[in-house]
Amino acid sequence: MLEIYPGELEVEAIFSRWYAWGAKRNFGAWVTFVGTVRAEGGIEALSFDIYEPLLRSWFDGWQQRAQEVGAVVRMAHSRGNVPVHTSSYMAAVFSPRRRVALELLEAFVEDFKANAPIWKYDVRNGERIYAKDRSQPLAGSGLLDL
Amino acid sequence: MVRVEFLGPIGKEAMEVEAKDLRELAQILKADEQLRGWLKECAVAVNDRLVDDLDTKLHDGDRVVLLPPVCGG
Repeated sequence: MLEIYPGELEVEAIFSRWYAWGAKRNFGAWVTFVGTVRAEGGIEALSFDIYEPLLRSWFDGWQQRAQEVGAVVRMAHSRGNVPVHTSSYMAAVFSPRRRVALELLEAFVEDFKANAPIWKYDVRNGERIYAKDRSQPLAGSGLLDL
Repeated sequence: MVRVEFLGPIGKEAMEVEAKDLRELAQILKADEQLRGWLKECAVAVNDRLVDDLDTKLHDGDRVVLLPPVCGG
């Protein structure tokens, strides 16, 4: 349910696959979120590093939370460079009920921004520049700063 | 020996150190100029579990990772 791809996501293919997966499972609601790289600040792309072991355990925690309300979470994310006007992130919640799906997706995406172990870089003239001003410290940061 | 890895933008090669707990590891890392500035911003995971206790014991073969501020999506 967690998919990681090199470069930009093939949104239509992933969307179709997820739709086909959910169509016969009697979910009454399917809510999706697609994040697309905007052209701003002169960037040619964004670039991402992922620490997969912790991303998977973070995601598994959400899957468990979703299961408790009869829902399923799916997510796809890019690693490496993602050019402007292409997509790096997709998330979806399948649920028997609309309200559950809408609320869960919002909570999932917000928590993703704060806690998923992913690092973002602007790419300008082929150079990766850490997007420090848009990044958030994880819980417990500074532990080793004696 | 404990393996220490530096993730994302830190850009430092992994290292092997002798440390019996995170407090001792912090003292070792503090002396590294390349890490100056990063320690106050990084979260810490031991064997892929985030930790928040400096007295966390370390054992031979443990893997510690430093995670700087994140931004997915």
